[in-house]
Amino acid sequence: MNIYQEQILDHYKRPQNYGHLKKADRQIVLNNPLCGDKISMDIIIKKGKIQDVSFFGETCAISTASASMLTQYVKGKKITDLKKLSSSFIFKLLGIDLSPSRVKCAVLPLEALHKLIINQNFVAKEKT
Amino acid sequence: MLNTKQIKKDFPIFKNKPNLVYLDSTATALKPQSVIDKTIEYYSQYCANVTRGLYDISQKATSEFEETREVVAKFINAPSNSEIIFTRSTTEALNLLAYSLGRQLITSGDEVVTSIMEHHSNFVPWQQLAFEKKAKFNIIDITDEGHLIELDNVVTKKTKILSLTYVSNVLGTINPIKEIIKAARIINPKIVIIIDAAQAVPHIPVDVQDLGADFLAFSSHKMLGPTGVGVLWGKRKLLDNLHPFNYGGEMIEEVYIERSTFKLPPHKFEAGTPDIAGVIAFKEAIKYLSQIGMKKVQEHEISMTKYTLKRLNQEFGGEIKVLGPKNASDKDGVITFTLNKIHAHDIAEILNNHYICIRAGHHCAIPLHFRLQLKATSRASFYIYNDEDDVEKLIEGLKKVKKILS
Repeated sequence: MNIYQEQILDHYKRPQNYGHLKKADRQIVLNNPLCGDKISMDIIIKKGKIQDVSFFGETCAISTASASMLTQYVKGKKITDLKKLSSSFIFKLLGIDLSPSRVKCAVLPLEALHKLIINQNFVAKEKT
Repeated sequence: MLNTKQIKKDFPIFKNKPNLVYLDSTATALKPQSVIDKTIEYYSQYCANVTRGLYDISQKATSEFEETREVVAKFINAPSNSEIIFTRSTTEALNLLAYSLGRQLITSGDEVVTSIMEHHSNFVPWQQLAFEKKAKFNIIDITDEGHLIELDNVVTKKTKILSLTYVSNVLGTINPIKEIIKAARIINPKIVIIIDAAQAVPHIPVDVQDLGADFLAFSSHKMLGPTGVGVLWGKRKLLDNLHPFNYGGEMIEEVYIERSTFKLPPHKFEAGTPDIAGVIAFKEAIKYLSQIGMKKVQEHEISMTKYTLKRLNQEFGGEIKVLGPKNASDKDGVITFTLNKIHAHDIAEILNNHYICIRAGHHCAIPLHFRLQLKATSRASFYIYNDEDDVEKLIEGLKKVKKILS
């Protein structure tokens, strides 16, 4: 299956929520050990909900599209609900079949989000 | 150029996958029928353990196994078969040295030197050794074009181990190893010099006596042979003084409660049942390469590299950036590149849709990518079965990549 569907390419060429948030209260940088890519994610949480979110990084089309779609989806959502998101949610969101070697590219943004919202004692601007 | 149409016929994968464009021989080479047949021969005709059976088929297996040692020794012009040690891989051979030689030789304040263009398997074992022994871990840098810079300020009188790659798996650079070894020995006559030849022995003529190194490591699977077999060559005198790396079966002379004695090299370093079929079939790979001749193999790769550099430049101009030396004869058949800002994983994925196999990522050389300020790169690499048609298919593929992602 060709994974470079129109929707994926659209998000890759014009990613949503791309860049940094000036007043982010949490930020993380995650690494994809397969290719050395780094993706960073910024969030602002208000009243248990994601008020704003952004991502940044020179990543592949799959990572970029996944981050773009995920950040679009999570805005305004409750943290408690977002904690339940699994990788199968990402696959559905992308709507493509991924080979095992590309799964990591697709779920990297979700991993970043989970690290940001699951760790209660998260230190602002922590980098991994 | 070699007669690739004829050569392709010897590799059954091309019959089974007629559309295959295999451009990842730097990762592993394809296998000719003779190598596959030899593996089957062992399992179906004299499947027995080596060195201990007193019955015919074990003796046959042993003599086939030891014959490979002889073939390997001749191939790299080692003065004695006893200097050829079979390991699992180049990685294991280098780790053997880092553990046995490194832990015997290195103490606090000593220096261990390698280069920034190393594969992780010739970088991390030395880095970890240096950490453990509180030794200094010093790195030879490269020029932006991918040549090693002078040793002068890095190798010193305190440098006890210098471990360098002969050919870079990313840049393709063929390092002037013979001259480097000479220069290092002038700085410190007692230095021990180790060569990672995983990308050299499959692609260029290698003569260990002419090079003047102390140890040299390479792998069977990158030179048409089976996976699971590596070679460590070492000077006999040094091997005699080296402690074993693994203890166990096949390397023992006598064992008492209070002491054990070990066999002489090479068996001292070959504990446990080896990959017998792999070793036996490895000699068929060497025979195949020897029939062509390593000079011809190298010439073929140089002309492939020249052709590819020219065609990539014609089709993509400044959009494509090829890493490493600009002069094709300074490198082997490795073309590592970036295309615009398109991610290497996307390039590899789209090429895969057209049966073109390239490698994408950091190619187990993160320090080198960091040095060149690059993340993932794409790598196409050639061997004896590749020809200009493969390059044209790569170019067609890359045009599609551009069309989809730009």
